[in-house]
Amino acid sequence: MVSEFKKALVSGKFVVTCELAPPKGAHLDKMTHHIDLLKDKVDAMNLTDHQSSVMRFPSLGGAILVKEKGGEAILQMTCRDRNRMALQADLLFAWSRGVRNVLCLTGDSVMLGDHKQAKPVFDLDSSQLVAAIRTMEKGKDLGGNDLDGEVSFCAGAIVTPEADPLEPQLIKFEKKIDAGAEFIQTQAVYDMDKFKTFMDYARQFPVKILAGIILLTSAPMARFMNKNIAGVNVPQNLIDEMAAAPKGGALAKGIEIAGRMVRQIHEEKICDGVHIMAIGKEETVPDIMAAAGVVRATAS
Amino acid sequence: MIRSITQPKPEEELNRLLADFNRIFIIGCGTCTTLTRTGGMEQVAAMKERLCQAGKMVTGQTVVPVACDNLTLEMMKEFDAGIQQASALLVMSCAFGVQTLARQIQKNIIPALDTLFIGKETAVGQFQEICTQCGTCIIGETGGICPVTSCHKGLVNGPCGGTDKGKCEIDKNKDCAWTLIYHRLKALDRLDTMRRLFGPRNYLGEPKPGKFEIKTEVDDHQSNRFLKKDG
Repeated sequence: MVSEFKKALVSGKFVVTCELAPPKGAHLDKMTHHIDLLKDKVDAMNLTDHQSSVMRFPSLGGAILVKEKGGEAILQMTCRDRNRMALQADLLFAWSRGVRNVLCLTGDSVMLGDHKQAKPVFDLDSSQLVAAIRTMEKGKDLGGNDLDGEVSFCAGAIVTPEADPLEPQLIKFEKKIDAGAEFIQTQAVYDMDKFKTFMDYARQFPVKILAGIILLTSAPMARFMNKNIAGVNVPQNLIDEMAAAPKGGALAKGIEIAGRMVRQIHEEKICDGVHIMAIGKEETVPDIMAAAGVVRATAS
Repeated sequence: MIRSITQPKPEEELNRLLADFNRIFIIGCGTCTTLTRTGGMEQVAAMKERLCQAGKMVTGQTVVPVACDNLTLEMMKEFDAGIQQASALLVMSCAFGVQTLARQIQKNIIPALDTLFIGKETAVGQFQEICTQCGTCIIGETGGICPVTSCHKGLVNGPCGGTDKGKCEIDKNKDCAWTLIYHRLKALDRLDTMRRLFGPRNYLGEPKPGKFEIKTEVDDHQSNRFLKKDG
């Protein structure tokens, strides 16, 4: 059974995904609200896996909730907290509950999060996790044993198009595709000329690419990302534009900028779609899409 | 030369470990902890001062040449009186030295240091971890640089997304191992090795606790003989 998200990817239409962060705790009302709000407006929703190594409700639990609500989930799986046995087991469980899409990540260091003394795992890396999924689809586990029942996933990975130095990241990007990645969601891109250069290179590979769009919420937030997030470079003109927004109007300006970028990517067919990360402001995703003129992706 | 790299335990922890003991004999090491200035003559003297100020009685002190050497016990005989008077030995060597003493002397043994890693002095006063003794060496394919040790995540298929400008995501003062490997392989015209997808690592190199025995030809000969007999 082909996942709805994969159908969207191969259909050739402009694909829109967004990101939901499960809560710190078992209180799911806010996440449920966001799922209800977004499930019919985007092609799939990523569920982050203890993002920034901060312990939260599990991505798998979030993905199941999305399925229960009738949405399409992309399960983010990092290699930070589970060894190859636990990762395979969770993939089997995810499959059994209707989760069909997986984004394979290495994961941030435990030291960046809120359980700094925890034991980091990293038994597999992101490319090996993609390969593990392909192995399981052939009916075998990583120990070479037969699996009872078939599984099949739409597996993806990430790339940082503005990494410095870039070539080591591109080598890894190609390994992820060799391992079987079908889609790539990129780290946030802001400089469209640089991103076009990346796409000129990436087009040669048989993989769908969704450009990462992080909603800017203020000029200091943009500066913070430039300083602290590897491979994220918000150009000065965008920071100035955010800083010049009227008092109380920064979020609206951020939505406008994100909408503008999505519109350009869509109209110029720069890549296959976008992955919108409206961190903490998930309810603005429809506004960004409206500003981009990409209304209701599933119907386009 | 390989070195055991140590740092002093936090003061509160050491105070807690010593709380039950009033008569202490202090042992430093003339090798690694002298080099790292964590257990040489000066640090042993400072420790004595600190313990005396805390109201403890120091029954003696010494800096043995190589604490992890089995000869250490012989060296300690000279200090037998002080050791017998002590209720605990405070050892300012790495864990190899602490355990060498613990195996041979029936006394409470308290380590004063934490052993961080087995490393190499790369410049005066600077030490770096080089090998984690994983038992499945892959540096023949990574330009002689070990990603299992030098990459924070021990990744074998290239850098993670956290690396930036050649530095590690956890510390701007730490090099990204994969950026180093990339530059090395590029210079050697061997980037193709980096393009190959490595499978999951073998963590079974030598199961903990590591134990190894040199087999002699005689042993082999005998076991062959027994095998033949059984067969």
